[in-house]
This record gives sequence, C-alpha cells and structure tokens, in this order.
Amino acid sequence: MDIKQMVAYLASYAGSPIHLMEVCGSHTHAIQAHGIRDLLSPNIELLSGPGCPVCVTPTAYIDKLIDLSLQPNTTVVTFGDLLRVPGSKESLNEAKGRGGSVEMVYSPMNVLQLAKDNPNRIYVFAAVGFETTAPVYTVLLDNAIADGITNIRLLTALKTMPGAISYLCDNGARIDGFIAPGHVSAVTGADYFNGLAEKYHIPFAVSGFTAKELVVAIYGLVKMIENGEARVANYYTSVVETSANVIISRQLEKYFRPCDVAWRGMEIIPGSGLLLRDGYAHFDAGSADLNVDNKKNKACRCGEILMGKAKPTDCPLFGKSCTPMKPQGACMVSEEGSCFNVYLTKN
Amino acid sequence: MMKIQMMHGSGGRATNELIKDIFETEFDNDVLSQMEDAAVIPGDATIAMTTDSFVVTPLEFPGGDIGRLCICGTVNDLCMRGAVPKYITCGFILEEGADVETLRRLVKSMAATAMEAGVTIVAGDTKVIEGNGGIYINTAGVGFVPKGVDIKAKNAAAGDTIIVSGNVGDHHATVLSQRMEIKNSIESDNAPLQEMVGNLMESGIPVHVLRDVTRGGLATVLKELAVASQLTFEIEEEKLPVDPQVKSFCGLLGLDPLYMGNEGKLVAIVPDDQAERAVEIIRNSKYGKDAAIIGKVSLPGGEDPKGSLILRTELGGRRYLDILQGEGLPRIC
Repeated sequence: MDIKQMVAYLASYAGSPIHLMEVCGSHTHAIQAHGIRDLLSPNIELLSGPGCPVCVTPTAYIDKLIDLSLQPNTTVVTFGDLLRVPGSKESLNEAKGRGGSVEMVYSPMNVLQLAKDNPNRIYVFAAVGFETTAPVYTVLLDNAIADGITNIRLLTALKTMPGAISYLCDNGARIDGFIAPGHVSAVTGADYFNGLAEKYHIPFAVSGFTAKELVVAIYGLVKMIENGEARVANYYTSVVETSANVIISRQLEKYFRPCDVAWRGMEIIPGSGLLLRDGYAHFDAGSADLNVDNKKNKACRCGEILMGKAKPTDCPLFGKSCTPMKPQGACMVSEEGSCFNVYLTKN
Repeated sequence: MMKIQMMHGSGGRATNELIKDIFETEFDNDVLSQMEDAAVIPGDATIAMTTDSFVVTPLEFPGGDIGRLCICGTVNDLCMRGAVPKYITCGFILEEGADVETLRRLVKSMAATAMEAGVTIVAGDTKVIEGNGGIYINTAGVGFVPKGVDIKAKNAAAGDTIIVSGNVGDHHATVLSQRMEIKNSIESDNAPLQEMVGNLMESGIPVHVLRDVTRGGLATVLKELAVASQLTFEIEEEKLPVDPQVKSFCGLLGLDPLYMGNEGKLVAIVPDDQAERAVEIIRNSKYGKDAAIIGKVSLPGGEDPKGSLILRTELGGRRYLDILQGEGLPRIC
C-alpha cells in the first residue's frame, strides 16, 4: 500500500474511535508542522503526551536554576527553550533581566570551553532531557574529568519514558496505541517498549519524524488495533535497532541511577528519573528533591489533557490566564504541547 | 591597531577627527558636508519616514555586515509603503575598545550600499560608551511617496495572490551559523529592494500590500497581514522557496524556516490576475530570481477565525501559523 492509499484509509476510517498518543515532543511538533491531524478521520484522535522534557519540568527546578544564576561567580548554562519556562515567580529570561548570569548554548559541550576560560566561575548546566539527551551529559562529564575541569556542575531533571507511559496507563488514560519516540528508541532499541505493550495490551509504533513516516506509523497502529495486536512495530528501521545501544547504556549506567521524580502536570512517578551516582556527586548542583510545582494552579487541567481525559478547550484557564507567552501548565509551554497547538488554531 | 576610546565620544578634537577621517570621507555629499545641526532636504511630495536600530552579532557575516544591514533595513522599510527612498541619517553608538579599522570597513560598506540603493546619508551622530568593543547603529530614513500610491497592510483583498521574492530564512541561518561556528556556505540575503519595488510600481500593477520579511520570518509577517485585513491567508508548503542548506540547518536545530528572518526579501500581495506578471517582474529584478507565488487570500470561512494564516502541507494537511512566540531559539528535543 502506498502513502496516498494509507492517507485515504486513515481519512475515511469509520471504525470504533481510536486514541493514539505520541509521547515524544519532536513527534508532537512534527505532527503539528505537517498538519497530520487534518489528514485523519474524526474517529482517530492524536493525543500529545508528556514528551517534552522542558514542559514537564516542575517549577522548583526552574526556581533552583534562577537561585543559582543570581549567586556570585555562578553562571547557569542552558538550551534556549528552557529560558521561557515559568518557575514559581519568573522564568530564567526574567531572572537574566534582573542580573542573573545565564548563558544560552547550542550544545552542552560549549560549557567545557566556558569553564576552561573562567576557572574561578562555576558553570551549572541545566541538564534536562530524556534517554536521548542523557548520554550527551555523560560525554560532557567524560571530557571534564579527562581535562581536569572542576568548575562544571549539572542540575539534572532527566527523565525516562517507561515510567510515564505506565503512569498514564495505570491512571485510566484513554489510549489505544502509542507512537513510540524515535530518538529515544534509537538509544534504547525498539524492544524497550515490549514489556509495556504486553502489560497494558497496547500496540507501539516506533516512528521517524517526516510526514510520511508518521502516516506509516499511524496506519500501522490503526491496523494493529483493528487486528487486536499488542506488539511493538519498528517503522524507523533506518535509525532504530531492536536492542539497546550497548555503549550508550553502559555510559548511562556508569554515571546515573534511577530516582523518583515529578512530572509537571502529573505527579511523582517512581523510578522515572535519573540522578548522578554518589561517585559523581561533586558534579551535582543539588538536583535531588526538586519535585514541587509551587505555582500549580488548581484549575489547570494539564494532567487530564495529557491522559486524553480532557481537551485543552475544556480547561478554564485556556486562552485566558494561560497563553503561550504566559503559560500556566505544561501543555502550553512550548510548541510541543497540546494546549499550545490548539491555541494556535483558535487564534 | 587603533581602538575607540571614551575621548572619541567627547565632542572635542578626537570626535571631530573620527568624523572627518571615517564618516565624512565615506559618506561625502553636499548636504552632509555642510555639517549643520540638521539637514535641509529638498522635495514637496508626501513624505514617508522610518527608523530602526541595528545590534547584530557578529558585525560582519557571509553576505553582509551591520553597515549594509542598516542601510538595507531602512531603505526596505520605506519601499514597503511604495516610497522612493531618498535620505538616511545614522547614529553610531560605539563601545570603548571598538576596532577603528572594523568601523571603517562598516562605514565603507554603508556608503557602498547607500550608493546602490540610491539614498544619501545626510546627518549623523556618534556616541561612545563604556563596554567591550560593540558597535550599534540607528538609522532613520526619508522617502517620497508618488501621488496615487497607497500601499498598506490592510489593503489585502479576498482573491489576491501572495508572492515571496525568494528563499526564506537565509539571513537568520547565516547569523546563527556564525554564532555557533558551524561551517557551511549559507549567505545572508542582506539587500536593498528599491529596484524590485520600483519595477513593480512602474509596471502599473495595483500592488495591494508590500512587507519586507525580517525578524519573526515569513509566518510572522503573513500572520500580521492576515490580522490587519481580517481575511484568511493560505500558503502552500510545496511552493515555499527555501535553500536546501538552510532547510537542513533548520532541521538539525529544530528551527522552522518559516520563522527565520531575512534582510532582503519581500512579500507582495497583488490581484490574482496580475500575479504571474508581478512574479516575473520580481524575478527579473536584482535579488528576486527565486521569487514564487506561495498562496492566496480569501474570505474567512468555516471554523477558521478571521485573520487566520494556514499552511497547506505537502500531504494535504493544514497547519495554523501564528506570529513567532518567544525568540525562535533551537529546541532541546
């Protein structure tokens, strides 16, 4: 079946309503960028999961970064998209405006040069990310150790996917199939999701990021659901292997240990985070227990939206006190969030 | 190598020497050389005015520099109201430690660009402040609007066609590449558009809207125009001109060419029956060879709110576009 036939099939699908979730922020972005939702029958709904590490970072983590940026001789180093995320009172961008020392970089490796050039300053890297990004920090630490650099710290808010998927399934999320994260799978291997598929009897489709790859994955999921299959199908074989990348797994194991961690919009999910092991504690800027969402607005319905139990427009804050420029909840923070995307279509 | 010092902003001898040595030499013309407090400029037509400040890093980049940029930016803003750009003023804010030879190169570049754009630099100012060698330029521009010309954002009409004058995102991708020290051959499109606009005006085509594509990129510009006219703008992904290198650069960093700035591109909105001729005129103008018809303006309909900007994707999906949110920075994921 060619892509046009798949698109036609998905557009005219008239079977039982199907709810599919993409758990990866890049997928959410690609689905939005390619207008994929518009190609699907109203009976196939795509839900945006908790797959943007920036969006699901609790306010306490942002607050801690802001505190660090305002300390003398300390610079917070971060990727661009963390700058706008609101803490309990302000964002890093706003803290920078009142004298916080914040540097934006394009690669964690840039921090090595900064630290070398200014040995009397502490550089704290805002290490957020999933299984895909975590290995980069291990390479950064490898290099810092090899070069004898002692003024680099990581403030980690690293998360792993299976815990979040289990949380969703255990808490009654309306999900019939998952578009499995392509980048994460490239590190972990497609098998990573076998246990989840079996336990929750839900199919997974590992997908790439082009419009065609996404259509193929969605078609594959619909077919598996129609046939009652609950397995992991890898539609991204050019990049994703069946098994985990051994070298990367060893690196992660060497530096990090699992921990309980809070996901903005949800709650603390046991074992779904990564913390530096005790042997590398001297690189840690105080990452443990940053699990509080101080600003959480009780009316915010991000948790339900993430689980497919509510639509963005069901939330009383949507488009009023919660907008992309002043997000209240996780789903409005970046263009990878459900609310952000719906907000665009309404404006 | 001579550096800018605080005394260069004192208003005394050092200031005079700097002005004489660099600005007067390069910008020499009858109005400026009078060295009066204000330039008296001839003309009795409708006047268009604009001002802009330029703070780009790095100061020099493939395809341009801050000097060329400040002239082009001001000239292009005037052109977008159908004005013929005539006069420019420039205010320099120099940080202590700025390299005088760099300043000279930038001023030479301004002079050459002003010559190319047919504008005269008639007044200026220099201030020196403490800092780390930065150079910032503010320019103001004056142009004359020919009788009967009325080009403005809200003039877009249902049935009009949307044209873009070439590849989008080139300038932004160039500056980002330089800052990130990524080696590629992407060049800024930094260019004055008075010839392109002049050709369009002379053709007699009733151009409804002109807007240069700068910060915020094509999507931001089109969304602003859609809101101004309260109509629906729909553009087609397949027809958008994007340089393949810029496309892959954006893909790598999670950036969207639709939100990447240009410094030598315009959007023209013209009646549908004139669109083919307009695009040919732009293609035959300097800096317009990659011009393309990219979409249509229509009456709002269905669920689309007034002022919607919709991208029709390659597989036929629809994507709503808004103005740029935040700063257009690379994403982590």
